[in-house]
Amino acid sequence: MQLENFLENSASHSPEKVALIFDQRRLTYAEVETAANRLSHALIAKGLVRGDRVTIWLENSPDLVIALFAVLKAGGVFVVVNPTTKGAKIQYILNNSRSRILVTDPRRAELLRDCWSDLPYLQVVCLSGEADHGDPGSCPLQLLASSAVYADQSLPDSPPDKKAIDIDLAALIYTSGSTGRPKGVMMTHLNMVSAATSITTYLQSRASDIVLCFLPLSFDYGLYQVLMAFKVGATLLLERSFAFPHRVLQTAVRERITGLPIVPTVSAILLQMDMAQYDFSSLRYITSTAAALPTAHVSRLRTLFPNARIYSMYGLTECKRVSYLPPEQLDIRPTSVGRGMPNEEVYIVDEQGRRVGPGIVGELVVRGANVMKGYWEDPQETSIRLRPGSYPWEQVLYTGDLFKADDEGYLYFVGRKDEIIKSRGEKVSPKEVEEVIYRLDGVSEVLVVGVPDTILGQAVKAYITLRPGSTLTAANVMQHCAQELEDYMRPKFVEFRDHLPTTPTGKLSRREVVTR
Amino acid sequence: MVQPDVNALRTFIANNFLFCDDFPLSDAASFMEAGILDSVGVLQIILFLEERYRIKVADEEIVPENLDSILGLAQFVGRKLTAPEMLTGGSHATK
Repeated sequence: MQLENFLENSASHSPEKVALIFDQRRLTYAEVETAANRLSHALIAKGLVRGDRVTIWLENSPDLVIALFAVLKAGGVFVVVNPTTKGAKIQYILNNSRSRILVTDPRRAELLRDCWSDLPYLQVVCLSGEADHGDPGSCPLQLLASSAVYADQSLPDSPPDKKAIDIDLAALIYTSGSTGRPKGVMMTHLNMVSAATSITTYLQSRASDIVLCFLPLSFDYGLYQVLMAFKVGATLLLERSFAFPHRVLQTAVRERITGLPIVPTVSAILLQMDMAQYDFSSLRYITSTAAALPTAHVSRLRTLFPNARIYSMYGLTECKRVSYLPPEQLDIRPTSVGRGMPNEEVYIVDEQGRRVGPGIVGELVVRGANVMKGYWEDPQETSIRLRPGSYPWEQVLYTGDLFKADDEGYLYFVGRKDEIIKSRGEKVSPKEVEEVIYRLDGVSEVLVVGVPDTILGQAVKAYITLRPGSTLTAANVMQHCAQELEDYMRPKFVEFRDHLPTTPTGKLSRREVVTR
Repeated sequence: MVQPDVNALRTFIANNFLFCDDFPLSDAASFMEAGILDSVGVLQIILFLEERYRIKVADEEIVPENLDSILGLAQFVGRKLTAPEMLTGGSHATK
């Protein structure tokens, strides 16, 4: 089984069923399948060969969904990046993944106008959007317009011959790491099919589901909404973002959604709204992941959505999902993130790798077909996360997250072993933000930490010492960060200090700076 | 219709989202398309409007037509200041 079979099977079973709703458009499975097939042939004609990486840098849109299936059909590996990613980081990801093809829109392509010559592996740019939007005149590479490809009847409507097998890579998902450089999580078809199968099993996903997705597809939680809906032949209501909640909720009510995936930041926004005006009687389930859902949110969500089952979950990109709390357990153990999902085993170990008993805090370890193959071309970082397991033939995932379990094996998140910040449900590497701030003239030392925030979960805060004579202001720092970092990584607070605390060995101490 | 100070709106967006003094885009330009606004940013704009103009923004008014450009903001605030209760569903309008 390969990931593109999710689309192909549903297109074959129910070609006329609506697969995707976006703005005023409704695309059937047959339409998505035909567009993806044509694009995959066009990509192959442009030189894409099995195993090639294709970076997709778009807002949520049908073109994004079509592109990722087209890449898979052609035997390629997709890399979806956040639409708010800035030029320097895109350049890093394109070069690190050695992507041969970039799928983006003319406006974003224009942001790369000064770096085309620094992208030695990139050969083709596929532009999304209407053909008459014009192309970025600055781009010296081969161009392809997706709308022209979809309309090109000389391209076959059927998929290209299969070359990949299920242990081939399907995706690289870039995630923040403690080193400050994003790392590409290598996921095979088998990894992703396994994760999608486990999750759709416990959610009891079905063809009659209509799932709302406003999470970016660069975030694996968003990406899997597409994959899982297509797997079971359901309908996905895709939105660009949750920036205008009322508009999104109105559409959701009109389409009578049955599934609502959220992160705690979204539940904080929902709970501030007058929800009585929306009829969500069709809603079958709500899922929340990325950070623990505050118990106060849980009880209010249940009042607002009395018909919906609420799933509190936990996961990390390196294995997609770890655990879910069966909704009927929510009253019994509201702070637990549940147990391992179907076809997966989890346990907690001490510093020596020995399993610990109930109530004892240790690192959570995951074994299952959903565990990644490692970080792209980074054996050192891979060896920290993937280590020998109980059996001589296996490697298991050390999550870096500290947990404890109760007597019945339900898991409770305690904290992270490293200092990664979770803001709006996404991981932020303090080091990555610090490195960006260090590039500003006048900055002497920087420490970036997460501080509690009712909406964001954690907000990013930068403590800075300046060089003598520097007149740098907080606004200067924020403007610089806005130009260099994705939205969710930008500091919300900047505080200047005369000096920053250090550890006994003389290193700057993130832990100390918050308490002083 | 009461007109809000468009320059104050430009300055607010420039200071808080672009972290500079002058708003560099046209008044009709979409904040979302320019990549300068996200879901948390929208909440920030609402807080600003409510504090500065002493208006109450209802959930159903949080739509791109009202909040996604300088022009949209100016017209929305103008309408709110002219007939606040009418717009929020009150029984009679005040001038």
